[in-house]
Amino acid sequence: MSTLLEVSGMGKRFGGFVALDLIDLNLPEGQRLGLIGPNGSGKSTFVNCVCGTLRNETGQVRFAGQRVDALSAHERTRLGMARSFQLPRPFASLSLAENLRVPILYAANTRAESRIAQAAIPARCQEMLSLVGLADKAERLPSDLTQIEMRKLELARAMASSPRLLIADESLAGLSHAEVDEILALLIRLNEQGITVIMIEHIMRAVLAFSQRLVVLVAGRKVADGDPKDVVRDPEVVRAYLGE
Amino acid sequence: MRNAAFALILTAVAAVLFIALRWVNYSYAFVAGYAVLQFLVLGTGWNILGGYTGYVNFGVTAFFAIGAYTTVVLHKAAPFLPLPVMMLIGGTIAALAGLGTGYLTLRLRGVFFSIATLALAVVLQTLITNWDFVGGARGAYVIPPRTAPLIGGDYKQYLFLIMLITSIVVLVVARALERSTLGYGFAAIRDDEAAAEATGVPTLRLKLIATSLSGGFMGLAGAPMPYFMGYLNSTSTFDLNYAVNALAMPLIGGTSSWAGPVIGAALVGGLQEWLRVSNLQEWLHISIPSEANVLIVGVLMVTFVIAAPQGIVGLFRKKR
Repeated sequence: MSTLLEVSGMGKRFGGFVALDLIDLNLPEGQRLGLIGPNGSGKSTFVNCVCGTLRNETGQVRFAGQRVDALSAHERTRLGMARSFQLPRPFASLSLAENLRVPILYAANTRAESRIAQAAIPARCQEMLSLVGLADKAERLPSDLTQIEMRKLELARAMASSPRLLIADESLAGLSHAEVDEILALLIRLNEQGITVIMIEHIMRAVLAFSQRLVVLVAGRKVADGDPKDVVRDPEVVRAYLGE
Repeated sequence: MRNAAFALILTAVAAVLFIALRWVNYSYAFVAGYAVLQFLVLGTGWNILGGYTGYVNFGVTAFFAIGAYTTVVLHKAAPFLPLPVMMLIGGTIAALAGLGTGYLTLRLRGVFFSIATLALAVVLQTLITNWDFVGGARGAYVIPPRTAPLIGGDYKQYLFLIMLITSIVVLVVARALERSTLGYGFAAIRDDEAAAEATGVPTLRLKLIATSLSGGFMGLAGAPMPYFMGYLNSTSTFDLNYAVNALAMPLIGGTSSWAGPVIGAALVGGLQEWLRVSNLQEWLHISIPSEANVLIVGVLMVTFVIAAPQGIVGLFRKKR
Protein backbone atom coordinates (compact mmCIF):
# COMPACT_ATOMS: atom_id res chain seq x y z
CA MET A 1 0.00 0.00 0.00
CA SER A 2 1.36 3.42 -0.93
CA THR A 3 1.53 6.29 1.53
CA LEU A 4 -1.27 8.82 1.00
CA LEU A 5 -0.54 11.32 3.73
CA GLU A 6 2.92 11.97 5.07
CA VAL A 7 3.36 14.43 7.91
CA SER A 8 6.85 15.01 9.27
CA GLY A 9 8.07 17.28 12.02
CA MET A 10 4.87 19.33 12.06
CA GLY A 11 4.91 22.14 14.60
CA LYS A 12 2.48 24.94 15.38
CA ARG A 13 2.52 27.58 18.09
CA PHE A 14 -0.12 30.09 19.16
CA GLY A 15 1.99 32.80 20.79
CA GLY A 16 3.89 31.02 23.53
CA PHE A 17 1.59 28.02 23.52
CA VAL A 18 2.92 25.00 21.67
CA ALA A 19 -0.14 23.44 20.03
CA LEU A 20 1.73 20.85 17.98
CA ASP A 21 5.23 19.64 18.75
CA LEU A 22 7.03 17.80 15.94
CA ILE A 23 4.28 15.45 14.86
CA ASP A 24 5.18 12.64 12.46
CA LEU A 25 2.52 10.54 10.79
CA ASN A 26 2.52 8.27 7.76
CA LEU A 27 -0.87 7.18 6.58
CA PRO A 28 -1.09 4.38 4.00
CA GLU A 29 -3.85 4.66 1.42
CA GLY A 30 -7.03 2.90 2.48
CA GLN A 31 -6.35 2.91 6.23
CA ARG A 32 -8.87 3.78 8.93
CA LEU A 33 -7.09 5.88 11.51
CA GLY A 34 -8.49 6.96 14.84
CA LEU A 35 -7.06 10.10 16.39
CA ILE A 36 -7.79 10.67 20.06
CA GLY A 37 -6.54 12.87 22.85
CA PRO A 38 -7.87 14.93 25.74
CA ASN A 39 -9.43 18.34 25.05
CA GLY A 40 -6.83 20.87 23.96
CA SER A 41 -4.32 18.21 22.93
CA GLY A 42 -4.04 19.61 19.40
CA LYS A 43 -6.29 17.28 17.39
CA SER A 44 -8.22 20.02 15.61
CA THR A 45 -5.05 22.09 15.12
CA PHE A 46 -3.50 19.05 13.49
CA VAL A 47 -6.48 18.71 11.15
CA ASN A 48 -6.39 22.43 10.37
CA CYS A 49 -2.68 22.27 9.52
CA VAL A 50 -3.11 19.17 7.36
CA CYS A 51 -6.03 20.75 5.47
CA GLY A 52 -4.48 24.18 5.09
CA THR A 53 -6.93 26.12 7.25
CA LEU A 54 -3.90 26.91 9.44
CA ARG A 55 -0.26 26.96 8.36
CA ASN A 56 2.21 24.76 10.21
CA GLU A 57 5.39 26.59 11.17
CA THR A 58 7.78 23.65 11.01
CA GLY A 59 7.80 20.36 9.18
CA GLN A 60 6.04 19.38 6.02
CA VAL A 61 2.88 17.74 4.72
CA ARG A 62 2.91 15.52 1.66
CA PHE A 63 -0.27 14.27 0.08
CA ALA A 64 -0.21 11.58 -2.61
CA GLY A 65 3.51 12.16 -3.04
CA GLN A 66 3.19 15.92 -3.48
CA ARG A 67 4.28 18.62 -1.02
CA VAL A 68 1.21 20.62 -0.08
CA ASP A 69 2.53 23.01 2.60
CA ALA A 70 2.43 25.98 0.26
CA LEU A 71 -1.05 25.18 -1.06
CA SER A 72 -4.15 26.92 0.23
CA ALA A 73 -7.03 25.00 1.74
CA HIS A 74 -9.09 24.92 -1.43
CA GLU A 75 -6.18 23.59 -3.48
CA ARG A 76 -5.72 20.75 -1.00
CA THR A 77 -9.43 19.98 -1.14
CA ARG A 78 -9.16 19.81 -4.91
CA LEU A 79 -6.32 17.30 -4.61
CA GLY A 80 -8.67 15.04 -2.68
CA MET A 81 -8.58 16.01 0.99
CA ALA A 82 -11.92 16.64 2.63
CA ARG A 83 -12.84 17.45 6.17
CA SER A 84 -15.90 17.99 8.25
CA PHE A 85 -15.87 20.73 10.85
CA GLN A 86 -16.26 19.96 14.53
CA LEU A 87 -18.92 22.65 14.83
CA PRO A 88 -21.07 22.33 11.70
CA ARG A 89 -20.57 25.20 9.25
CA PRO A 90 -23.29 24.79 6.62
CA PHE A 91 -23.95 27.33 3.89
CA ALA A 92 -27.00 28.78 5.58
CA SER A 93 -28.68 30.42 2.59
CA LEU A 94 -28.37 27.39 0.32
CA SER A 95 -30.61 24.32 0.36
CA LEU A 96 -29.10 21.01 1.45
CA ALA A 97 -28.75 19.90 -2.17
CA GLU A 98 -27.06 23.18 -3.06
CA ASN A 99 -24.73 22.77 -0.08
CA LEU A 100 -23.44 19.61 -1.74
CA ARG A 101 -23.37 21.21 -5.17
CA VAL A 102 -20.59 23.59 -4.08
CA PRO A 103 -17.94 20.88 -3.46
CA ILE A 104 -19.10 18.99 -6.56
CA LEU A 105 -18.60 22.09 -8.72
CA TYR A 106 -15.44 23.31 -7.08
CA ALA A 107 -13.62 20.16 -5.99
CA ALA A 108 -14.91 16.95 -7.61
CA ASN A 109 -15.25 18.56 -11.04
CA THR A 110 -11.69 19.89 -11.03
CA ARG A 111 -10.36 16.33 -11.32
CA ALA A 112 -10.99 14.29 -14.44
CA GLU A 113 -11.63 11.01 -12.60
CA SER A 114 -14.38 12.42 -10.38
CA ARG A 115 -16.00 14.81 -12.87
CA ILE A 116 -19.80 14.85 -12.86
CA ALA A 117 -21.76 16.20 -15.81
CA GLN A 118 -24.00 19.22 -15.11
CA ALA A 119 -27.14 17.20 -15.74
CA ALA A 120 -26.09 14.47 -13.30
CA ILE A 121 -25.36 16.81 -10.38
CA PRO A 122 -28.87 16.81 -8.84
CA ALA A 123 -28.94 13.02 -8.78
CA ARG A 124 -25.48 12.94 -7.24
CA CYS A 125 -26.53 15.41 -4.51
CA GLN A 126 -29.58 13.28 -3.80
CA GLU A 127 -27.45 10.13 -3.61
CA MET A 128 -25.03 11.77 -1.16
CA LEU A 129 -27.89 13.03 1.01
CA SER A 130 -29.56 9.64 1.11
CA LEU A 131 -26.27 8.13 2.35
CA VAL A 132 -26.70 10.16 5.53
CA GLY A 133 -30.49 9.88 5.62
CA LEU A 134 -31.28 13.46 4.61
CA ALA A 135 -32.68 12.76 1.15
CA ASP A 136 -36.20 13.92 2.00
CA LYS A 137 -34.87 17.30 3.16
CA ALA A 138 -32.88 18.09 0.03
CA GLU A 139 -34.76 21.32 -0.65
CA ARG A 140 -34.78 22.52 2.95
CA LEU A 141 -32.42 25.08 4.41
CA PRO A 142 -29.80 24.06 7.00
CA SER A 143 -31.63 26.16 9.61
CA ASP A 144 -34.43 23.56 9.53
CA LEU A 145 -32.05 20.84 10.65
CA THR A 146 -31.25 19.60 14.13
CA GLN A 147 -27.65 19.73 15.35
CA ILE A 148 -27.31 16.03 14.63
CA GLU A 149 -28.64 16.40 11.11
CA MET A 150 -26.19 19.25 10.57
CA ARG A 151 -23.33 16.91 11.49
CA LYS A 152 -24.63 14.49 8.89
CA LEU A 153 -24.78 17.31 6.36
CA GLU A 154 -21.17 18.19 7.23
CA LEU A 155 -20.15 14.61 6.41
CA ALA A 156 -22.20 14.51 3.21
CA ARG A 157 -20.68 17.76 2.03
CA ALA A 158 -17.18 16.51 2.72
CA MET A 159 -17.94 13.34 0.76
CA ALA A 160 -19.42 15.26 -2.14
CA SER A 161 -15.95 16.50 -3.07
CA SER A 162 -15.07 12.85 -3.93
CA PRO A 163 -12.10 12.79 -1.57
CA ARG A 164 -9.26 10.29 -1.32
CA LEU A 165 -8.80 11.25 2.31
CA LEU A 166 -11.72 12.08 4.58
CA ILE A 167 -11.10 13.68 7.95
CA ALA A 168 -14.12 13.48 10.22
CA ASP A 169 -13.66 15.88 13.13
CA GLU A 170 -15.94 14.70 15.94
CA SER A 171 -18.78 13.81 13.62
CA LEU A 172 -20.37 11.56 16.23
CA ALA A 173 -20.59 13.88 19.22
CA GLY A 174 -24.11 14.10 20.54
CA LEU A 175 -25.47 11.28 18.42
CA SER A 176 -27.52 8.46 19.90
CA HIS A 177 -26.17 4.93 20.14
CA ALA A 178 -28.02 3.86 17.00
CA GLU A 179 -26.98 6.95 15.07
CA VAL A 180 -23.35 6.42 16.00
CA ASP A 181 -23.55 2.90 14.58
CA GLU A 182 -25.24 4.23 11.46
CA ILE A 183 -22.51 6.81 10.77
CA LEU A 184 -19.78 4.31 11.65
CA ALA A 185 -21.23 1.85 9.14
CA LEU A 186 -21.27 4.65 6.58
CA LEU A 187 -17.64 5.57 7.22
CA ILE A 188 -16.60 1.93 7.00
CA ARG A 189 -18.54 1.55 3.75
CA LEU A 190 -16.74 4.60 2.33
CA ASN A 191 -13.44 3.14 3.46
CA GLU A 192 -14.26 -0.10 1.66
CA GLN A 193 -14.68 1.96 -1.51
CA GLY A 194 -11.04 2.98 -1.12
CA ILE A 195 -11.31 6.25 0.83
CA THR A 196 -8.75 6.73 3.57
CA VAL A 197 -10.43 7.99 6.74
CA ILE A 198 -9.10 9.80 9.79
CA MET A 199 -11.64 9.89 12.58
CA ILE A 200 -11.23 12.26 15.49
CA GLU A 201 -13.49 11.15 18.25
CA HIS A 202 -14.09 11.05 21.97
CA ILE A 203 -16.51 8.13 22.00
CA MET A 204 -14.12 5.25 22.73
CA ARG A 205 -16.60 2.55 21.73
CA ALA A 206 -16.82 4.11 18.26
CA VAL A 207 -13.09 4.71 17.95
CA LEU A 208 -12.26 1.13 18.86
CA ALA A 209 -14.93 -0.29 16.57
CA PHE A 210 -13.74 1.85 13.68
CA SER A 211 -9.97 2.20 13.85
CA GLN A 212 -7.41 -0.12 12.33
CA ARG A 213 -4.78 2.07 13.92
CA LEU A 214 -4.93 4.53 16.77
CA VAL A 215 -2.88 7.67 17.35
CA VAL A 216 -2.97 9.55 20.65
CA LEU A 217 -2.07 13.23 21.02
CA VAL A 218 -1.37 14.69 24.44
CA ALA A 219 -0.43 18.35 24.85
CA GLY A 220 0.65 18.65 21.23
CA ARG A 221 2.82 15.53 21.22
CA LYS A 222 2.15 12.15 19.71
CA VAL A 223 2.45 9.76 22.65
CA ALA A 224 1.19 6.55 21.07
CA ASP A 225 0.64 5.12 17.64
CA GLY A 226 -0.28 1.55 16.77
CA ASP A 227 -2.82 -1.21 17.14
CA PRO A 228 -5.83 0.18 19.03
CA LYS A 229 -5.88 -2.69 21.53
CA ASP A 230 -2.27 -2.04 22.52
CA VAL A 231 -2.55 1.74 22.45
CA VAL A 232 -5.39 1.92 24.97
CA ARG A 233 -3.27 -0.11 27.42
CA ASP A 234 -0.23 2.11 26.95
CA PRO A 235 0.71 3.54 30.36
CA GLU A 236 1.20 7.07 29.02
CA VAL A 237 -2.21 7.05 27.35
CA VAL A 238 -3.89 5.76 30.48
CA ARG A 239 -2.15 8.47 32.50
CA ALA A 240 -3.28 11.20 30.11
CA TYR A 241 -6.89 10.10 30.30
CA LEU A 242 -7.21 8.89 33.87
CA GLY A 243 -4.45 10.78 35.68
CA GLU A 244 -1.80 9.25 37.92
CA MET B 1 -35.74 30.23 -18.11
CA ARG B 2 -32.59 30.17 -20.19
CA ASN B 3 -30.33 33.21 -20.10
CA ALA B 4 -30.80 33.89 -23.81
CA ALA B 5 -34.59 33.86 -23.44
CA PHE B 6 -34.34 36.19 -20.46
CA ALA B 7 -32.15 38.59 -22.46
CA LEU B 8 -34.65 38.54 -25.33
CA ILE B 9 -37.63 39.23 -23.09
CA LEU B 10 -35.80 42.03 -21.33
CA THR B 11 -34.81 43.57 -24.67
CA ALA B 12 -38.40 43.36 -25.88
CA VAL B 13 -39.70 45.04 -22.71
CA ALA B 14 -37.06 47.75 -23.02
CA ALA B 15 -37.87 48.31 -26.70
CA VAL B 16 -41.58 48.67 -25.97
CA LEU B 17 -40.82 51.06 -23.10
CA PHE B 18 -38.54 53.22 -25.24
CA ILE B 19 -40.92 53.35 -28.20
CA ALA B 20 -43.83 54.20 -25.93
CA LEU B 21 -41.90 57.03 -24.28
CA ARG B 22 -40.80 58.36 -27.67
CA TRP B 23 -44.40 58.28 -28.80
CA VAL B 24 -45.60 60.17 -25.72
CA ASN B 25 -42.58 62.46 -26.18
CA TYR B 26 -42.66 63.86 -22.66
CA SER B 27 -39.10 64.96 -21.97
CA TYR B 28 -39.35 64.69 -18.18
CA ALA B 29 -40.14 60.98 -18.49
CA PHE B 30 -36.70 60.41 -20.00
CA VAL B 31 -35.02 62.36 -17.20
CA ALA B 32 -36.87 60.47 -14.47
CA GLY B 33 -36.37 57.19 -16.33
CA TYR B 34 -32.64 57.83 -16.59
CA ALA B 35 -32.42 58.54 -12.85
CA VAL B 36 -34.19 55.29 -11.98
CA LEU B 37 -32.16 53.21 -14.44
CA GLN B 38 -28.90 54.73 -13.22
CA PHE B 39 -29.76 53.53 -9.73
CA LEU B 40 -30.83 50.16 -11.10
CA VAL B 41 -27.36 49.67 -12.63
CA LEU B 42 -25.64 51.04 -9.54
CA GLY B 43 -27.70 48.87 -7.19
CA THR B 44 -27.25 45.72 -9.28
CA GLY B 45 -23.50 46.35 -9.46
CA TRP B 46 -23.30 46.85 -5.71
CA ASN B 47 -25.38 43.70 -5.15
CA ILE B 48 -22.89 41.40 -6.91
CA LEU B 49 -20.37 42.07 -4.16
CA GLY B 50 -22.72 43.13 -1.35
CA GLY B 51 -25.63 40.75 -1.89
CA TYR B 52 -24.23 37.70 -3.67
CA THR B 53 -20.79 37.61 -2.03
CA GLY B 54 -21.64 39.28 1.28
CA TYR B 55 -19.03 42.05 1.31
CA VAL B 56 -20.67 45.37 2.11
CA ASN B 57 -19.03 48.11 0.06
CA PHE B 58 -19.52 51.66 1.32
CA GLY B 59 -17.20 53.07 -1.34
CA VAL B 60 -19.90 53.17 -4.01
CA THR B 61 -19.19 56.78 -4.91
CA ALA B 62 -15.53 55.97 -5.62
CA PHE B 63 -16.47 53.63 -8.45
CA PHE B 64 -19.34 55.82 -9.62
CA ALA B 65 -16.95 58.80 -9.73
CA ILE B 66 -14.26 56.87 -11.58
CA GLY B 67 -16.80 56.28 -14.34
CA ALA B 68 -17.98 59.89 -14.30
CA TYR B 69 -14.54 61.47 -14.21
CA THR B 70 -13.19 59.16 -16.90
CA THR B 71 -15.86 60.68 -19.12
CA VAL B 72 -14.81 64.19 -18.08
CA VAL B 73 -11.19 63.42 -18.93
CA LEU B 74 -12.09 61.82 -22.25
CA HIS B 75 -14.47 64.68 -23.07
CA LYS B 76 -11.51 67.06 -22.77
CA ALA B 77 -8.80 64.84 -24.21
CA ALA B 78 -10.67 62.91 -26.90
CA PRO B 79 -14.03 64.59 -27.52
CA PHE B 80 -14.50 62.69 -30.78
CA LEU B 81 -15.10 59.40 -28.92
CA PRO B 82 -18.75 58.31 -28.85
CA LEU B 83 -20.30 58.04 -25.39
CA PRO B 84 -20.59 54.22 -25.37
CA VAL B 85 -16.82 53.97 -25.93
CA MET B 86 -16.21 56.43 -23.08
CA MET B 87 -18.49 54.30 -20.90
CA LEU B 88 -16.57 51.13 -21.74
CA ILE B 89 -13.29 52.82 -20.86
CA GLY B 90 -14.76 54.23 -17.63
CA GLY B 91 -16.26 50.86 -16.73
CA THR B 92 -12.97 49.09 -17.39
CA ILE B 93 -11.01 51.54 -15.23
CA ALA B 94 -13.57 51.16 -12.45
CA ALA B 95 -13.30 47.36 -12.76
CA LEU B 96 -9.52 47.58 -12.47
CA ALA B 97 -9.95 49.85 -9.46
CA GLY B 98 -12.27 47.18 -8.04
CA LEU B 99 -9.62 44.52 -8.64
CA GLY B 100 -6.95 46.63 -6.93
CA THR B 101 -9.17 47.53 -4.01
CA GLY B 102 -10.14 43.90 -3.68
CA TYR B 103 -6.55 42.77 -3.62
CA LEU B 104 -5.66 45.29 -0.92
CA THR B 105 -8.72 44.94 1.28
CA LEU B 106 -10.24 41.51 0.91
CA ARG B 107 -8.11 40.04 3.63
CA LEU B 108 -10.29 42.25 5.83
CA ARG B 109 -13.61 40.74 6.78
CA GLY B 110 -16.97 42.14 7.72
CA VAL B 111 -17.12 45.68 8.97
CA PHE B 112 -13.39 46.25 8.47
CA PHE B 113 -13.79 45.77 4.74
CA SER B 114 -16.65 48.28 4.75
CA ILE B 115 -14.56 50.88 6.58
CA ALA B 116 -11.68 50.43 4.12
CA THR B 117 -13.98 50.99 1.14
CA LEU B 118 -15.39 54.10 2.79
CA ALA B 119 -11.82 55.37 3.14
CA LEU B 120 -11.27 54.70 -0.57
CA ALA B 121 -14.11 57.09 -1.44
CA VAL B 122 -12.69 59.80 0.81
CA VAL B 123 -9.18 59.44 -0.63
CA LEU B 124 -10.46 59.56 -4.19
CA GLN B 125 -12.62 62.60 -3.51
CA THR B 126 -9.59 64.44 -2.12
CA LEU B 127 -7.56 63.51 -5.18
CA ILE B 128 -10.25 64.70 -7.59
CA THR B 129 -10.89 67.91 -5.68
CA ASN B 130 -7.21 68.73 -6.11
CA TRP B 131 -6.88 67.65 -9.73
CA ASP B 132 -7.05 70.75 -11.87
CA PHE B 133 -7.46 69.01 -15.22
CA VAL B 134 -10.94 67.75 -14.26
CA GLY B 135 -11.92 71.10 -12.74
CA GLY B 136 -10.77 70.51 -9.17
CA ALA B 137 -13.11 72.00 -6.62
CA ARG B 138 -14.63 74.35 -9.22
CA GLY B 139 -16.08 71.46 -11.17
CA ALA B 140 -16.12 70.80 -14.88
CA TYR B 141 -18.62 71.70 -17.57
CA VAL B 142 -19.47 68.96 -20.00
CA ILE B 143 -21.81 70.43 -22.57
CA PRO B 144 -23.73 67.66 -24.27
CA PRO B 145 -24.63 67.91 -27.96
CA ARG B 146 -28.02 69.45 -28.63
CA THR B 147 -29.44 66.50 -30.53
CA ALA B 148 -28.97 62.80 -30.07
CA PRO B 149 -26.80 60.85 -32.49
CA LEU B 150 -28.34 57.90 -34.39
CA ILE B 151 -31.88 58.27 -33.05
CA GLY B 152 -32.38 62.03 -33.36
CA GLY B 153 -34.44 64.05 -30.90
CA ASP B 154 -33.34 65.37 -27.53
CA TYR B 155 -29.95 64.23 -26.19
CA LYS B 156 -31.61 63.12 -22.93
CA GLN B 157 -33.46 60.47 -24.94
CA TYR B 158 -30.12 59.14 -26.16
CA LEU B 159 -28.79 59.01 -22.60
CA PHE B 160 -31.92 57.20 -21.49
CA LEU B 161 -31.53 54.66 -24.30
CA ILE B 162 -27.88 54.04 -23.40
CA MET B 163 -28.75 53.52 -19.74
CA LEU B 164 -31.58 51.21 -20.80
CA ILE B 165 -29.16 49.05 -22.79
CA THR B 166 -26.65 49.08 -19.93
CA SER B 167 -29.42 47.94 -17.58
CA ILE B 168 -30.21 44.99 -19.84
CA VAL B 169 -26.56 43.92 -19.98
CA VAL B 170 -26.09 44.27 -16.23
CA LEU B 171 -29.31 42.43 -15.38
CA VAL B 172 -28.57 39.56 -17.76
CA VAL B 173 -25.11 39.15 -16.22
CA ALA B 174 -26.47 39.37 -12.66
CA ARG B 175 -29.17 36.80 -13.34
CA ALA B 176 -26.81 34.44 -15.15
CA LEU B 177 -24.47 34.60 -12.15
CA GLU B 178 -27.11 33.53 -9.65
CA ARG B 179 -27.37 29.86 -10.60
CA SER B 180 -23.92 29.52 -12.11
CA THR B 181 -20.80 27.90 -10.68
CA LEU B 182 -19.56 31.40 -9.86
CA GLY B 183 -22.85 32.25 -8.16
CA TYR B 184 -22.70 29.17 -5.93
CA GLY B 185 -19.11 30.06 -5.07
CA PHE B 186 -20.17 33.63 -4.17
CA ALA B 187 -22.98 32.30 -1.98
CA ALA B 188 -20.61 29.89 -0.23
CA ILE B 189 -18.24 32.78 0.53
CA ARG B 190 -21.12 34.88 1.85
CA ASP B 191 -22.35 32.11 4.13
CA ASP B 192 -19.04 30.81 5.50
CA GLU B 193 -15.67 31.61 4.04
CA ALA B 194 -13.71 28.90 5.88
CA ALA B 195 -16.21 26.24 4.85
CA ALA B 196 -16.08 27.56 1.28
CA GLU B 197 -12.30 27.08 1.21
CA ALA B 198 -12.70 23.60 2.67
CA THR B 199 -15.08 22.64 -0.12
CA GLY B 200 -12.65 23.73 -2.82
CA VAL B 201 -13.86 27.29 -3.51
CA PRO B 202 -10.91 29.55 -4.43
CA THR B 203 -12.20 32.34 -2.21
CA LEU B 204 -9.61 35.03 -2.99
CA ARG B 205 -9.97 34.65 -6.75
CA LEU B 206 -13.77 34.68 -6.58
CA LYS B 207 -13.80 37.75 -4.38
CA LEU B 208 -11.55 39.53 -6.88
CA ILE B 209 -13.94 38.60 -9.69
CA ALA B 210 -16.81 39.97 -7.62
CA THR B 211 -15.08 43.26 -6.77
CA SER B 212 -14.06 43.76 -10.41
CA LEU B 213 -17.53 43.05 -11.81
CA SER B 214 -19.19 45.12 -9.12
CA GLY B 215 -16.79 48.05 -9.53
CA GLY B 216 -17.07 47.93 -13.31
CA PHE B 217 -20.87 48.04 -13.26
CA MET B 218 -20.90 50.93 -10.79
CA GLY B 219 -18.45 52.75 -13.05
CA LEU B 220 -20.79 52.15 -16.00
CA ALA B 221 -23.61 53.73 -14.01
CA GLY B 222 -21.54 56.85 -13.43
CA ALA B 223 -19.97 57.25 -16.87
CA PRO B 224 -22.84 59.06 -18.69
CA MET B 225 -23.56 61.27 -15.68
CA PRO B 226 -21.45 64.32 -16.80
CA TYR B 227 -23.46 64.48 -20.04
CA PHE B 228 -26.68 64.08 -18.10
CA MET B 229 -25.91 66.89 -15.65
CA GLY B 230 -23.85 69.12 -17.95
CA TYR B 231 -21.73 70.05 -14.97
CA LEU B 232 -19.82 67.90 -12.54
CA ASN B 233 -18.06 68.68 -9.29
CA SER B 234 -16.58 66.45 -6.68
CA THR B 235 -19.10 67.34 -3.95
CA SER B 236 -22.10 66.25 -5.97
CA THR B 237 -20.37 63.22 -7.53
CA PHE B 238 -19.29 61.93 -4.15
CA ASP B 239 -22.69 62.70 -2.64
CA LEU B 240 -23.57 60.26 0.13
CA ASN B 241 -26.91 59.82 -1.63
CA TYR B 242 -25.40 57.57 -4.27
CA ALA B 243 -23.87 55.26 -1.70
CA VAL B 244 -27.03 55.20 0.41
CA ASN B 245 -29.25 54.55 -2.60
CA ALA B 246 -27.00 51.83 -4.00
CA LEU B 247 -27.23 50.02 -0.66
CA ALA B 248 -30.86 50.77 0.03
CA MET B 249 -32.26 49.59 -3.28
CA PRO B 250 -30.98 46.00 -3.11
CA LEU B 251 -31.75 45.84 0.62
CA ILE B 252 -35.33 46.97 0.10
CA GLY B 253 -35.88 44.87 -3.01
CA GLY B 254 -33.95 41.84 -1.76
CA THR B 255 -30.25 41.06 -2.07
CA SER B 256 -30.55 37.42 -3.06
CA SER B 257 -31.94 37.97 -6.54
CA TRP B 258 -31.41 40.16 -9.61
CA ALA B 259 -35.02 41.30 -9.22
CA GLY B 260 -34.27 42.90 -5.84
CA PRO B 261 -32.34 45.94 -7.10
CA VAL B 262 -34.86 46.32 -9.95
CA ILE B 263 -37.79 46.50 -7.55
CA GLY B 264 -35.79 48.67 -5.14
CA ALA B 265 -34.73 51.12 -7.85
CA ALA B 266 -38.25 51.40 -9.25
CA LEU B 267 -39.73 51.91 -5.80
CA VAL B 268 -37.17 54.18 -4.15
CA GLY B 269 -36.02 55.99 -7.29
CA GLY B 270 -39.62 56.43 -8.40
CA LEU B 271 -40.68 57.71 -4.99
CA GLN B 272 -37.80 60.19 -4.89
CA GLU B 273 -38.61 61.50 -8.36
CA TRP B 274 -42.30 61.75 -7.52
CA LEU B 275 -41.59 63.73 -4.34
CA ARG B 276 -39.31 66.03 -6.27
CA VAL B 277 -41.92 67.03 -8.84
CA SER B 278 -45.30 66.32 -7.27
CA ASN B 279 -47.63 68.96 -5.92
CA LEU B 280 -47.49 67.40 -2.50
CA GLN B 281 -45.98 70.54 -1.00
CA GLU B 282 -48.88 72.67 -2.18
CA TRP B 283 -51.52 70.19 -1.08
CA LEU B 284 -50.09 69.84 2.41
CA HIS B 285 -49.04 73.49 2.69
CA ILE B 286 -45.57 72.49 3.82
CA SER B 287 -42.21 72.78 2.22
CA ILE B 288 -40.26 69.58 1.72
CA PRO B 289 -36.52 70.15 1.57
CA SER B 290 -34.58 68.20 -1.01
CA GLU B 291 -32.78 66.36 1.78
CA ALA B 292 -36.09 64.65 2.53
CA ASN B 293 -35.07 62.10 -0.08
CA VAL B 294 -32.31 60.85 2.19
CA LEU B 295 -34.71 60.68 5.11
CA ILE B 296 -37.18 58.62 3.11
CA VAL B 297 -34.53 56.17 1.95
CA GLY B 298 -33.20 55.92 5.48
CA VAL B 299 -36.60 55.21 7.01
CA LEU B 300 -37.44 52.66 4.30
CA MET B 301 -34.10 50.94 4.73
CA VAL B 302 -34.42 50.65 8.50
CA THR B 303 -38.00 49.42 8.16
CA PHE B 304 -37.04 46.72 5.70
CA VAL B 305 -33.94 45.59 7.54
CA ILE B 306 -36.08 45.06 10.66
CA ALA B 307 -39.39 43.90 9.20
CA ALA B 308 -38.34 42.13 5.99
CA PRO B 309 -34.64 41.34 5.97
CA GLN B 310 -35.04 39.34 2.76
CA GLY B 311 -36.50 42.40 1.04
CA ILE B 312 -39.60 42.49 -1.13
CA VAL B 313 -38.42 39.49 -3.13
CA GLY B 314 -38.22 37.54 0.13
CA LEU B 315 -41.86 38.34 0.95
CA PHE B 316 -43.01 36.64 -2.23
CA ARG B 317 -40.59 33.73 -2.25
CA LYS B 318 -42.13 30.50 -1.05
CA LYS B 319 -40.83 29.41 2.28
CA ARG B 320 -38.65 26.35 1.96
